[in-house]
Amino acid sequence: MSNATVVVVTSGKGGVGKTTSAAAIASALAKEGYQVCAIDFDVGLRNLDLIMGAERRVVFDLVNVVRGEASIKQALVRDKKLNNLYLLPASQTRDKDALTDEGVASVIEELRMYFDWVICDSPAGIERGATLAMRYADEAIIVSNPEVSSVRDCDRIIGLLDAKTKVAEEGGRMPKHLLITRYDTERAKTGDMLATDDVVDILSVPLIGVVPESKDVLKASNVGLPVTLSDETSTAARAYTEATRRLLGENIPVTIPEEKRGLLGKFFKGRAA
Amino acid sequence: MNILSLFGRRGESASVAKNRLQILLAHERADDGSDAVLISSLREDILAVVAKRVNIDPDSVRLEMDRSGEVTTLGIDIELPPTARAS
Repeated sequence: MSNATVVVVTSGKGGVGKTTSAAAIASALAKEGYQVCAIDFDVGLRNLDLIMGAERRVVFDLVNVVRGEASIKQALVRDKKLNNLYLLPASQTRDKDALTDEGVASVIEELRMYFDWVICDSPAGIERGATLAMRYADEAIIVSNPEVSSVRDCDRIIGLLDAKTKVAEEGGRMPKHLLITRYDTERAKTGDMLATDDVVDILSVPLIGVVPESKDVLKASNVGLPVTLSDETSTAARAYTEATRRLLGENIPVTIPEEKRGLLGKFFKGRAA
Repeated sequence: MNILSLFGRRGESASVAKNRLQILLAHERADDGSDAVLISSLREDILAVVAKRVNIDPDSVRLEMDRSGEVTTLGIDIELPPTARAS
């Protein structure tokens, strides 16, 4: 019997890469040999199934489980590549009150027994889905783009993590990790984009990784593979793999993976910039 | 490297962004809704004082709070009706 660490992947703002990150990190953890479950909390607008390439095998979902219409084991979808990676899909119901606090509590409690890691993919916003996704988490990964509205929304989410979660209500402090995504080193260098240090300064959350803007993220989602499984050598996959190692407690300095180029490529890139 | 960067001019929008965020978040983190309560009470008080002398439309009293770094300023803008000075 294991006792999972429950991690919420959250951001407040939509479109910053929560689902991509949740899928990539869950897969990277599974590749390390851990028993991993990813849960999609975006009821009504589920997408983690699509990003993980499991959309055709979804039968039951989180709401079925919460309502007692299916057992957790029936609802879990096993990954087609890694047999220690599972998905608990969100439902496509339009009833936004479909999730209840008690229901989610008991689902998470049961999952803790079967898995080493439970990764909760939060919906955008600060409504019920988002608050329930973080409610029973042990740790939080806060996903931000280096952009003002995303950083502001992360600050709101940090406030909620420190007030509305079970850990916070019991007087604890939820460990938080900042994951900066869609980063462009060149633009940060020229002062046209917030640099990683700026975002860390503003939010006061330690950095767990910096994922560069990468064409491979879209390519991976096209084929339904988390980016850490589709092309391990891509900059995004390397960044997620490193972030995952830090989540596991390894003390490695945060680097921003760069495209591997030949000498000629470096020469032309230097000229173009 | 472009011509501008040769002359040492770099983009500055990132530092503007950082500055704006720091000011905004300092206020948002401390915001307990008391600003809104203060503004609406002040507005009522001012309206009552002015109404003693001038017949004004309640909507013509506008209060604006401007938070910029260390200092917060309060701007009061009252639009008097054309006949106000005669009364």
